Amino acid sequence: MTAAIDLNYWDIAFAASIVLGLGVLLAYYRLGVTRSLVVASIRLVIQLQVIGYVLKFLFAEGRLVYVAIMATLMLLVASREIMVRQKLRLKGWASFGVGASTLFVSSFAVALFGLLVVVKPEPWYLPQYAIPLLGMIMSNTMSGVSLSMDRLTSALRDNRAIIEQRLALGQSSRESIQPYLRDCIRTGIMPVVNSMATAGIVSLPGMMTGQILAGADPTEAVKYQIIIWFFIAAGVGFGMATALRLLEMRLFDDRQRLRLDRLVGE
Amino acid sequence: MQFLEWSAIDLELEAGRAVCLLGESGSGKSLLLRAIADLILNEGVLELNGRTRESFSPQEWRRTVGYLPAEIFWWEASVGAHFERLPMEAELKRLRLPLESLEWVPSRLSMGERQRLGILRMLDRQPSVLLLDEPTANLNDEISSVAESLILEYLESREAAALWVTHSKAQAARVAKRTYRMLDKVLELAGGEGAEG
Repeated sequence: MTAAIDLNYWDIAFAASIVLGLGVLLAYYRLGVTRSLVVASIRLVIQLQVIGYVLKFLFAEGRLVYVAIMATLMLLVASREIMVRQKLRLKGWASFGVGASTLFVSSFAVALFGLLVVVKPEPWYLPQYAIPLLGMIMSNTMSGVSLSMDRLTSALRDNRAIIEQRLALGQSSRESIQPYLRDCIRTGIMPVVNSMATAGIVSLPGMMTGQILAGADPTEAVKYQIIIWFFIAAGVGFGMATALRLLEMRLFDDRQRLRLDRLVGE
Repeated sequence: MQFLEWSAIDLELEAGRAVCLLGESGSGKSLLLRAIADLILNEGVLELNGRTRESFSPQEWRRTVGYLPAEIFWWEASVGAHFERLPMEAELKRLRLPLESLEWVPSRLSMGERQRLGILRMLDRQPSVLLLDEPTANLNDEISSVAESLILEYLESREAAALWVTHSKAQAARVAKRTYRMLDKVLELAGGEGAEG
């Protein structure tokens, strides 16, 4: 087996030059995304450089407390991201709280299950396993959750009159929003299902590619990729179920009145 | 009862009768109905035959106190799917609706058809109080009077009460013993027997 080829800064500069070309093209057509592209590229370089050193430190230390701090930071950043992606969000801290508690009960639980039951590294919190595993589950959960929450709040706002008439006929709050809930869950879970269905045929998933580049046996690499996809599906699914339930509890009060006044935004 | 920034409202309905509510658009008549049906935040004491609203579950309350909005929406694939017991052919005929209307896709209903089927949809849940928001606004005179008598017969046979919002003084005189006028979110008696309670 061969180790991966080391890249130097010139290699990165060459790679950056094609994005620069894209930026020039976009600027020429006045699409107004050049600025975002430049900012995103710079953020990408800086963030990944920093995380490279952070991970190096974590791996060298290998202590549970550092892993826990890192996991908490990831949770906070992902929760904030869920919040800012909502066009309509709950007032006050509830908006952040829904995202954070959702990620906590889904991503953390699934990652723990993966570490303790499936992968079983020694010790179980070995950062080389714990951090990437949690990161992959959490980023997918974050996308699924924010997508489905955004969808639900918009649907409830757009269909307020219909929901009210359903309630007026004696339907429960759950019955009155059932079609919108179903639609939201579909929207959130479909990207994962589609990726799973095309994995290996259309795309070689990122983690597997990384392992292969690092010289791992492809038949071993696919095993990891398979369990990762199962964890991601579970994280996204349970995460959405939790998030939509929490949202539903906030958007209806104890008398099952639709409380869109608890939302702000736009 | 009291809600939003309103002054307190006192109102009593009697079984078998309608009370009419007149008032300018925007005077808050619809909000009052939605508050009574407990669809919007409100405070106050509501009692039905001596039982407070809070002793009912929200679903029970809204089944017992039926609310007919001014604009009626349909969400299922067919009209009939909105009913628990399909209406009798005779009832449909009376409102000049064909039996097939129950199989129609709601999007093809005219405003008038929506309203007529909406009345049947509300009565389908057999409420003992009706909150009617201009139930005949989109109907011509002939069908309008049929709908009026249909509702009045329901009130009588079921010992039900109604709070009936209308723009027409003539309709108020026909269907109600007491009529209130709503002005700037305050109720005042406009005609009929003396108000109690």
